[in-house]
Amino acid sequence: MATTILLIVISAVFSQNFILVKFLGICPFLGVSKKTNSALSMGVAVTLVMLLATLVTYPLYMYIMVPLHIEYLEIIFFIFVIAALVQMLEKIIEKISPALYRSMGIYLPLITTNCAILGVAELLLVNDVSEIVSGVAAGISMNLGFALLYALCSGLGFTLAMLLMGGVREKMEKLPVAKCMKGFPITMVAACFMAMAFYVFALL
Amino acid sequence: MNAKKYGKIAYDGLITNNATFKLVLGTCATLAMSTSAINSFGMGLSVTVVLLLSNVLISLLRKVIPNTVRIPAFVVIIATMVTLLRMVLDKFIPDLYDAMGVFLPLIVVNCVILGRAEAFASKHPVLDSAIDGIATGLGLTFALTFIGIIREFLGSGSFFGIQVMDFKIGFFTNSAGAFFVYGICIALFVFVTNKMEQARRVKKMRTLRMPAGDGPLPPVSETTKEGN
Repeated sequence: MATTILLIVISAVFSQNFILVKFLGICPFLGVSKKTNSALSMGVAVTLVMLLATLVTYPLYMYIMVPLHIEYLEIIFFIFVIAALVQMLEKIIEKISPALYRSMGIYLPLITTNCAILGVAELLLVNDVSEIVSGVAAGISMNLGFALLYALCSGLGFTLAMLLMGGVREKMEKLPVAKCMKGFPITMVAACFMAMAFYVFALL
Repeated sequence: MNAKKYGKIAYDGLITNNATFKLVLGTCATLAMSTSAINSFGMGLSVTVVLLLSNVLISLLRKVIPNTVRIPAFVVIIATMVTLLRMVLDKFIPDLYDAMGVFLPLIVVNCVILGRAEAFASKHPVLDSAIDGIATGLGLTFALTFIGIIREFLGSGSFFGIQVMDFKIGFFTNSAGAFFVYGICIALFVFVTNKMEQARRVKKMRTLRMPAGDGPLPPVSETTKEGN
């Protein structure tokens, strides 16, 4: 049990990092990572939505869609749940804390079309934990607790990668870069080196 | 006249607004699916099919869908198309279905499709939207396949699954290589299109300055300097 939890944490945060290894959520990674502040806000917002989305979509799939044999509608259901959830969260944050809304709220609408959220919801639809986390002994069946833990850690991994990229890009802004490499290309090359560093975790 | 207009839409979709290299949209799928040329080609075609169908449908419904709820309506249309595609692939091309894995349902959140729906199909007639869908999709397919060919060749020495040379550079098949090759490809595309644009501008200027009658030749050196 403890090993499983540890493996899920390490795998989701480092060795199977959502951005750098799984390529989910690249759009915000390239778009909102110019400053560490905005990168952090985006990361926190994504983590929150990931957790909430999993909390809704996983039971929805397991306890409603599977018994009714409407699994084939999962894409439509999930995207609707995520869109509604994001909209709701936006309104709630706006009411509760205007300051938080100003720093985080602008990123919320972007999250609906973030593949990381739909990706985590889709990835978690497995019967066995070992299917998504390598190193876990086969036979440990997936449940809501593991699903939530995986979603939380994926969000943390996402935030970590965003934060690192924000730092790199803040420094990179001052460097002289060839004209055709400016913008996306140089960011991609920087991401390449980060991905190499994260690749080491998969070798352990 | 019409042919010219359609030609322009197609050229925009393929080159000027190339989704992968110029607008840098739909990056997740590009990075994840370009491990081999055949996978990236399959992914590109899948996106093209969804793009074409959703563009046509959204264009047909553009006067019916109220402006305030257009985004959810577009998303539902796209999600339906992806669900259909998923069923078709599962039944007829199971290899590709397995290779695409989680990225098949993720076509729903591919920014290219929603982007074209919002920017083009919701404002233009059906035929224009269909051409735009095909052109954008093919532009994306070419770009993806290009990256796929490079990564497959350098990563395993093969071309569309056929072993050409006997070497392996693991870097190119794992995630770091994906970022690297994609970044270099964008830089290359920007470089080449900029040069082409410059050449065209210089040529245009020369023809404009060319005197109609006999007269001396215009000073070309200025324009070429400007072009550089």
